[in-house]
Amino acid sequence: MPMDESVRKAVLAAVPSLRAFAISLCGNVDRADDLVQETMLRALANIDSFQPGTNMSAWLFTILRNHFRSEYRKRRREVEDTDGHYADSLKTQPEQLGQVEFREFKEALSRLPADQREALILVGASGFSYEEAANICGCAVGTIKSRVNRARTRLAELLQIDGIDDFGPDEQTRAVLAGGGE
Amino acid sequence: MQTTASKKSDSKPGKLGREVQARLGQQLRAMYDDVVSQGVPDRFADLLNRLEGNGNKDKH
Repeated sequence: MPMDESVRKAVLAAVPSLRAFAISLCGNVDRADDLVQETMLRALANIDSFQPGTNMSAWLFTILRNHFRSEYRKRRREVEDTDGHYADSLKTQPEQLGQVEFREFKEALSRLPADQREALILVGASGFSYEEAANICGCAVGTIKSRVNRARTRLAELLQIDGIDDFGPDEQTRAVLAGGGE
Repeated sequence: MQTTASKKSDSKPGKLGREVQARLGQQLRAMYDDVVSQGVPDRFADLLNRLEGNGNKDKH
């Protein structure tokens, strides 16, 4: 299958963020990589349906998300054991964050409903607009906005924060944040 | 030690304050970007090479 060089580049360029998205969906690095690979195969097999000039990354995210929904979600209970798996994927803990705080954040994220988590990741981490995220998830823009808002509120509840002073599970983390954040 | 964040007037009850949203966003991106920074694992570049090779075995 001879491949247009621009297609090859665009697909490879999307791989790092596709992996990050896939890990956030299925909570497991190995499954996420399989999901990304299956996404690439599907995308290349259907490259004719890609409209040149539109966002290749958003198209690939849509394929990945739909594939995950159809193939993986029936195994949801098995698949969504996110605890710890994200940690496995991380080479290092981001240094500016307290480790306890960061672990609690990941646990809280894994406890969000899948719809809310995916909306929050697409908008808050992948950098898609609300409209792009709505296209990827096949729903209305208002639905995405509401999911993102509920996700943030739920995260804050799970982490028991209602102000930056409360962010962080213990005095020590709070002190680090207060000292290092300004 | 004094912090000023909790006194901001935009932290309405029932709605997340700007600082909290910013902090959540920062953590989310830190987690995501850590995976992104791992780049493209070899298996994906190899996959594309294999796919191309199928149609063009005598390349180079």
